[in-house]
Amino acid sequence: MTSFWSLWIIILTSITLIGITWILLGNRKLGAKKEDQATDHVYDGIEEYDNPLPVWWFYMFVITIVWAVGYLIVYPGMGNYPGLIGWTQIAQYEERVGAAEERHRAMYDRYLAMPIEEIADDPVVRRMGMRMFGNDCAQCHGADARGGYGFPNLTDDDWIYGGEPEQIETTITQGRQAAMPAWGSVIGDQGVEQVTAYLLELNHRNPDAELAKAGQGVFQTYCAVCHGPDAKGNIALGAPNLTNGIWLYGGSESEIAHSIRAGRNGVMPSFKDTLGPEKIHILAAYVYGLRNSAQN
Amino acid sequence: MSLSKHSKIETNVNLMIVLTIVAISFGTLVELAPLVFGQQVKEPIDGLKPLPALALEGRDIYIREGCHVCHSQMIRPLRAETERYGHYTVAGELVYNHPFLWGSKRTGPDLARVGGRYSDDWHRAHMYNPRDVVPESIMPSYPWLFDNTLSGEKTGRKMSALRTVGVPYTDEDIAGAQEAVAGKKEIDALIAYLQQLGTLLQIRR
Repeated sequence: MTSFWSLWIIILTSITLIGITWILLGNRKLGAKKEDQATDHVYDGIEEYDNPLPVWWFYMFVITIVWAVGYLIVYPGMGNYPGLIGWTQIAQYEERVGAAEERHRAMYDRYLAMPIEEIADDPVVRRMGMRMFGNDCAQCHGADARGGYGFPNLTDDDWIYGGEPEQIETTITQGRQAAMPAWGSVIGDQGVEQVTAYLLELNHRNPDAELAKAGQGVFQTYCAVCHGPDAKGNIALGAPNLTNGIWLYGGSESEIAHSIRAGRNGVMPSFKDTLGPEKIHILAAYVYGLRNSAQN
Repeated sequence: MSLSKHSKIETNVNLMIVLTIVAISFGTLVELAPLVFGQQVKEPIDGLKPLPALALEGRDIYIREGCHVCHSQMIRPLRAETERYGHYTVAGELVYNHPFLWGSKRTGPDLARVGGRYSDDWHRAHMYNPRDVVPESIMPSYPWLFDNTLSGEKTGRKMSALRTVGVPYTDEDIAGAQEAVAGKKEIDALIAYLQQLGTLLQIRR
């Protein structure tokens, strides 16, 4: 703040304080002992008295003025004057963040040094992880972690980007960006139909055998690069396994065809800055502990 | 004060108006004037840019649908808030906001730093029907955003209006505004707005 505005605030605040003190004291009817002197205001026969303020009320005013002066001396208020105790909102915030950091540091460090497999069943880790999951993950993956249309189920054994502890940790830290291109214009409607039939066959759903056979050729040409020649996927590319009956975007014939035609680009956001490594470690342990929980 | 002065004020409406204004103006002069006329809260933070055309339309949809009635955009410097939402809000990131969308009530969560927190797909699913992704949500559905198409006819004029109050839009921004917006769905604009919210300032861990 420039010194002009600082002075502006100091002078106007002082005028206000002096002014209200003057109004309060200047209007006090000390010595005017004549109680119940009426003013000349009369409305429908009701008269108005000109009595002094009740004493308790007067002292309440005095206390608020004294309080204001004391407050302005101790706390920042008068322009650039920082106050006797040097309080600032941000310093108080940082002190509290620092205190919490100090309180939890040892615990976080201890868990960070332990491998995820070891802490995944730790009750404290599970409780903390559940809270973090509820705050940051449940919006997409669901409060029960079973996911939904377009958002992976974390309780089964199928992992698009890998289900090993380090892989889960990497996914949470860096986020993931799926890149399934739209194949409609490349392989045409017929190609889409054929590949769909081939995928249905891989999942033992008895499509038209000829279509499926043609689809296998198209698949090996275009799809196998990412999904693998056996269509079992590739976690390094985030290409899902297409043979296990788990479909992120729906497993009906038309839904599969649509995914092939239009492509899919699911995004997992990065939580590096939101959570930091020690919390991600605990969250990853929690998520790792969820695997196969659907069956239990 | 003697009774005669008292009645002089009470019986002269103009004098009373003047004195009332004097009495109540001190707070305004002390609390507001330094912020309005000083530079302290008007300095943009590093890298702050005016909203791109599509996000600007998104912001108007945000206002039209009343999002600010249930969602605040103001993270206070309290640990509980910064742990959940990220870095507390600072004045410098909001200097191009006309009007502010701080809100005053959190029926839903604060959105000041919602940018990048969810994927575009999530926002689409969530806006179409919030209960598809968050079963316990009480947020209304906004399916019409997926049907309504933007023409962008007024986008340039909105930018010029904002420029008169100090938002540094360039002539090219204004000239290209309609093209950037025309034909897009309202949902795209809203998501463009949401995905940039608060991304300039993050707590780095």
